[in-house]
Amino acid sequence: MEHSVQEITFHHEPGGDEVVKKIIKTTVLLSVITVIELGLGLLMYAVPMAGALTLFLKGVIVILSLAKAFYIVGVFMHLGDELKNLIMTIVLPLLLFIWFIAAFLYEGNSWKNLRNTYNGAPEVTAPAAPHAEGKH
Amino acid sequence: MATAHAQMETKWWSGGKSPFNVEYGKLMMWYFLMSDAFTFGAFLISYGTIRFSQNYWPDPNQVFNAFPLAGHANLPLAFVSLMTFILIVSSVTMVLAVHAGHKNDKQGVIKWMIWTVIGGIAFLACQAWEWTHLITGDHLALINGEVKELGTTVTMNPWGPAANVTGHEGHHVSTPGPVAFGGYFFGITGFHGFHVLSGVVINIVMLIMAINGTFERKGHYWMIEKAGLYWHFVDLVWVFVFLCFYLI
Repeated sequence: MEHSVQEITFHHEPGGDEVVKKIIKTTVLLSVITVIELGLGLLMYAVPMAGALTLFLKGVIVILSLAKAFYIVGVFMHLGDELKNLIMTIVLPLLLFIWFIAAFLYEGNSWKNLRNTYNGAPEVTAPAAPHAEGKH
Repeated sequence: MATAHAQMETKWWSGGKSPFNVEYGKLMMWYFLMSDAFTFGAFLISYGTIRFSQNYWPDPNQVFNAFPLAGHANLPLAFVSLMTFILIVSSVTMVLAVHAGHKNDKQGVIKWMIWTVIGGIAFLACQAWEWTHLITGDHLALINGEVKELGTTVTMNPWGPAANVTGHEGHHVSTPGPVAFGGYFFGITGFHGFHVLSGVVINIVMLIMAINGTFERKGHYWMIEKAGLYWHFVDLVWVFVFLCFYLI
């Protein structure tokens, strides 16, 4: 590239078969995690279970998805090979998500509780009229 | 390795060199992807908020149980698993294209980019089928005392709790579910599908440039790397869309 100021960069070694091996290993890992997730999803559908157990299994699926994200970003996108400072400028802002998720889900739940408290008990079997309007 | 040692010893912030050791375009691609992650995150969190605020939410295993050419067979999550695998595989072929680019292997780049483009188009085709099936699918719902046939759209949702009536031939009848279900589903998978579409276009441009020898003349295949980052991000977002809409 045409830089007016000469910059020094160290390019990553091209690598050979071990890179391809790592890619294949990661592919297998991602596929296996996906199959486990599907298995858990179908288990929740096929076997009637207590609400707490369903919640636990959903938590397991969320953690497995985060593992998949880690491998895609770390290996496929090679973020793991970059300098630590660069990694931190991308990863640290994403920590805001922890608060976003906690705050907004709490908000949604509170909204439901308030509505159920002040608008009466949920009438789950009552038809909701506006749906009948049809397509726009 | 010599480079690794050189990296350790370098004073990155003393001037005259790129402190993050990447070229400008790649760094900016990373920051774009980070901001895009926040966009998708905001959509998914909004969906979560509304879902938590409802007393009833449809079970994805019931909504997404169809497979092309399988008629009315009950195959929960089968089709979306296929879509997930298509996207994972096309992500892998993209890594292999980037790897071939590192070795300045023009034929390798071309071969793997073609496979990546095919994977992207296959995914879009699957999504088109799924959307069509959901929108045109007729499910019995009880509205104002009448049993009607509804598709899933942004204004209609036939996937509510079971109604106390039975349809003709014993078909299952439900009451309408929360309308937000269709709105969020089509909104978020549509936004993701648009990313896939633009990714396919970018990959086709990269493929043409590779075939024309543009990168060969430049002496490096960094553009493939940047397009690859975008493509992997699309796969990454799908992990979470898959999680939020289909699995939990």
